[in-house]
Amino acid sequence: MSYTIEGNTGAWEIVVGLEVHAQVISKSKLFSGASTLFGGEPNSHVSLIDAGFPGMLPVINQACVEQAVRTGLGLKARINLQSRFDRKNYFYADLPTGYQISQFEHPIIGTGVVQIELSDGSTRDIGITRLHLEQDAGKLMHDQDPKRSFVDLNRAGVALMEIVSEPDIRSPEEAGAYLRKLRQILRYLGTCDGNMEEGSMRADVNVSVRKSASEPFRTRCEIKNVNSIRFVMQAIEIEAARQIEIWENGGEVDQETRLFDPHKGETRSLRSKEDAHDYRYFPDPDLLPLVIEQSWVDQIKQTLPELPDEKRARFQQDYGITAYDAGVLVAEQATADFYESVAKGRDGKSAAAWVTGDFFAALNRTGKSIEESPVSAANLGAMLDLIADGTINGKIAKEVLEDMFETGEAPLAIVDRKGLRQVTDTGAIEATADEIISKNADKVEQYKGGKDKLFGFFVGQVMKATGGKANPAIVNDILRKKLDG
Amino acid sequence: MLTDLTIAQAAEGLRKKEFSAVELTKAHTDAIDALNGRVNAYITVTSDKALEAAKKADSTLAAGEAPALTGIPLGIKDLFCTNGVRTTAASKIIGNFVPPYESTVTAKLLENGAIFLGKTNLDEFAMGSGNLTSAFGGVENPWHRKDDASVLVPGGSSGGSAAAVAARMAMGATGTDTGGSIRQPAAYCGIVGLKPTYGRCSRWGTIAFASSLDQAGPMTRSVEDASIMLSAMAGADPKDSTCANVAVPDYRAACGRSLKGLRVGIPAEYRAPGMSEEILAVWQKGIDMLREAGCEIVDVSLPHTKYGLATYYIIAPAECSSNLARYDGVRFGERAEGATSLDDLYEKTRHNGFGEEVRRRILMGTYVLSAGYYDAYYLKAQKVRTLIQRDFTQAFQKVDVLLTPTAPTAAFARDEKPEDPVQMYLNDIFTVPASMAGQPAMSVPVELDDKGLPLGLQLIGKHFDEETIIAVGSALEKAAGFTALPDLRAGVSA
Amino acid sequence: MSLDLATTRRIAKLARIGLDDQEIEAVRAQLGGILGWIEILDEVDVEGVPPMIGTSTNAALLPREDAVTDGDCQDKVLSNAPDREGPFFTVPKVVE
Repeated sequence: MSYTIEGNTGAWEIVVGLEVHAQVISKSKLFSGASTLFGGEPNSHVSLIDAGFPGMLPVINQACVEQAVRTGLGLKARINLQSRFDRKNYFYADLPTGYQISQFEHPIIGTGVVQIELSDGSTRDIGITRLHLEQDAGKLMHDQDPKRSFVDLNRAGVALMEIVSEPDIRSPEEAGAYLRKLRQILRYLGTCDGNMEEGSMRADVNVSVRKSASEPFRTRCEIKNVNSIRFVMQAIEIEAARQIEIWENGGEVDQETRLFDPHKGETRSLRSKEDAHDYRYFPDPDLLPLVIEQSWVDQIKQTLPELPDEKRARFQQDYGITAYDAGVLVAEQATADFYESVAKGRDGKSAAAWVTGDFFAALNRTGKSIEESPVSAANLGAMLDLIADGTINGKIAKEVLEDMFETGEAPLAIVDRKGLRQVTDTGAIEATADEIISKNADKVEQYKGGKDKLFGFFVGQVMKATGGKANPAIVNDILRKKLDG
Repeated sequence: MLTDLTIAQAAEGLRKKEFSAVELTKAHTDAIDALNGRVNAYITVTSDKALEAAKKADSTLAAGEAPALTGIPLGIKDLFCTNGVRTTAASKIIGNFVPPYESTVTAKLLENGAIFLGKTNLDEFAMGSGNLTSAFGGVENPWHRKDDASVLVPGGSSGGSAAAVAARMAMGATGTDTGGSIRQPAAYCGIVGLKPTYGRCSRWGTIAFASSLDQAGPMTRSVEDASIMLSAMAGADPKDSTCANVAVPDYRAACGRSLKGLRVGIPAEYRAPGMSEEILAVWQKGIDMLREAGCEIVDVSLPHTKYGLATYYIIAPAECSSNLARYDGVRFGERAEGATSLDDLYEKTRHNGFGEEVRRRILMGTYVLSAGYYDAYYLKAQKVRTLIQRDFTQAFQKVDVLLTPTAPTAAFARDEKPEDPVQMYLNDIFTVPASMAGQPAMSVPVELDDKGLPLGLQLIGKHFDEETIIAVGSALEKAAGFTALPDLRAGVSA
Repeated sequence: MSLDLATTRRIAKLARIGLDDQEIEAVRAQLGGILGWIEILDEVDVEGVPPMIGTSTNAALLPREDAVTDGDCQDKVLSNAPDREGPFFTVPKVVE
């Protein structure tokens, strides 16, 4: 069932395309040797090139090109062996040279695709139009002086990838799923940390609405610089509603740039200047065409990690786990790696249950990331081995895991220290069972009289009497024989 | 007089201890003191620094193994950023800019032992052909017409460098050439000016006018001197992506090389309608001299020559409109007072800081790049440029070098400056095509016209074949025997 | 071709060069003249001719290694600032 918004004149479909600016992970800037580190003294991670001094010239950073190619490969996109840098000319205080070096006509990466998963379990392909490299701008501070804004150029010149999607997105949920998936892919590839709070990933959202899927696209508005997935989803809904109201009242939507205000829950027009869109692009004469070799692309391809989609499919196949569990486990590369270490050579389903269940719960409770987990994948695996070989049962295992979280010790050491080995001695269990049966003659009567449910009571009592260590299967067998026999 | 020596002669004299670098430098700073008030060739004079450097040069020379330019006093066009020395581009907008860095070309000259006398005057941001647009006043050409005291322009944009070299206020100077800015003033001032192949010298640290055309080169009183300076200035630079990684030969070795069998092309299209008989005559004289020297003279055609200027006046302004956007009064340079908003700051700063010609070119460039006009102007011009370059490629399949006039006229008087910018632009008609195609080219003084003003001829070579134009240039120089001196020069009271 | 005043104003605004009415008119006339002269290019047939991109004879960009080799020169960066506040450049207050 596709997503629509109900207006006064009926249902409206929304049409969304996203332009994501992702900061490239590199040591130095796109065209200068200044550091990309976050949070230095103002204007310290700045070279004279970044500050646009007279006579300064840009020199392209190899690693940034490689990151763009990696990302292109991860998006299953066409890699353009020849691309070019253009100047986008406009004046602003955060843009020292008066132009941004970007790729307008000939981007390094062409069309690709991102597959998104929706909550109903279905998937959709969202087309990627292009990816290009460009420079980030500096930062303005407005609240430190009543009459002046302050300029810090530390970010100026840091490499960005602008990833443009086709207008294939049809709901806020899809937009959210797309952004999460894109971020996941970038993190897997190690090309962008995807940190939206620090601004290393931000989105421009193009929104329009139409009455039906067969109607041509109507005028769109661009909502600039939205910095969280939740806000993107909210902004789409709010902007779509605004546009529907305009159309239904007989108005026309103006093509313009808008800002989303999450506090007021509205989008508002950026006071657009008449020249706002005349960027006078032309090829940067300081730079030559960017030419890369297919053999180099192939080499990079060899180093690509397994990406989330393939990994999820493989987990389902190799470990027999559900699509849902596989999706949860591949969300982060570190989680997937952890799971795989636990599951390899063991029962994958049980490994998935433990990782996504008690293990995640313990991480959550302690506020730790998987990288900081006191329980290593090897130890969690060893614990599963103890369950499998009957050394402990599942219930005891929960206790062992908690201890592992506190002490970081190996499970066997904990089992021995606490004397938690499972009792499989049938003689001992039989004796305990006899004792319980004799103490509860009334319950035995009732059970034999047809109250089947009481069987569980006897199992519980035996388990309790053995401190939970009795092998539950053996307890069942013995009680069946004694009560039913 | 020491100031009359060529660089080659002075280098020899220094090594033979005939005079010291301090004496040589002092002779030039004295000449500057005497003449600069009138000639205005220098915007900034750095005599103290120069004399200090000369002392060091003397100890280097004493120790032996001194590089070629050790102790040679040069003028530096005020478009090259010089560490700790004010660099203005002859513009008010960076009238007090002191770069904390040294351009690659000047750094190479310093490494080669050269001494910098100061920063020479130019058209503002190198935009002009008469040195009439400098914010620091015009330069007076050291030459004057016979029996006529009119002040003549030295040409442009490297007019300060040309005048300084001609008037013996420097032994040589750096210039930059975008559409003729080395060659045309060299011709107007009776000196040698060499624009190398685009990419031969690094552009790093040189204030940009039009990035796809700008190229640094030497301005000297002999072809041999130009070859010595070029060897020091040229070479790969990882800081400039457009700078070529091509080995730098010993250019001086090309001087005096035999021209036997060399084919010299004479492009028919340079016979512009309405060209003066005198220019045609000097051109013919040059042809005869080269034939005499053993060259084969071949008629060639460069059919798109007449579109060169129009193409240039689209592309150069387009690039300049973008290159000059950084002069906004925020990080360096002059800033207008009393701005009420960011745009107000930009508009006031750029209105007050740029002169009329620079503003005109920025506006022209902004227009040809703006929405709806890009294809009709900029893209079209870049296609025509391809055709201009093909003309040269085809011609160079038949010949080794081309010989043309450098400029359509001799130096003109300041008060003859045409009001119509288009008329002014026509000065570059013969120099622009080689710039558009990136070819190396050199102007060599050949003779005086009947008013007593120098006229130059231009040699255009194949990409990275500066050696051939140096070889032909030195033969032309020898045959022409140009020994005339400007009336304003060191040792002659101004 | 002639240039109208509105276009001239728009161009001046784009280039951030403040011009008064008199200057605008002068610029309009001069640019119009230059543009008229440039019309000579109309006679050139460029069908199928690729635009020349740059003049360099280098075939392609030569990339640099990804290493921090520059920056950390706050003094130099700020050395020519016409108006600075501590480690910052300043501009008249920008309202976003």
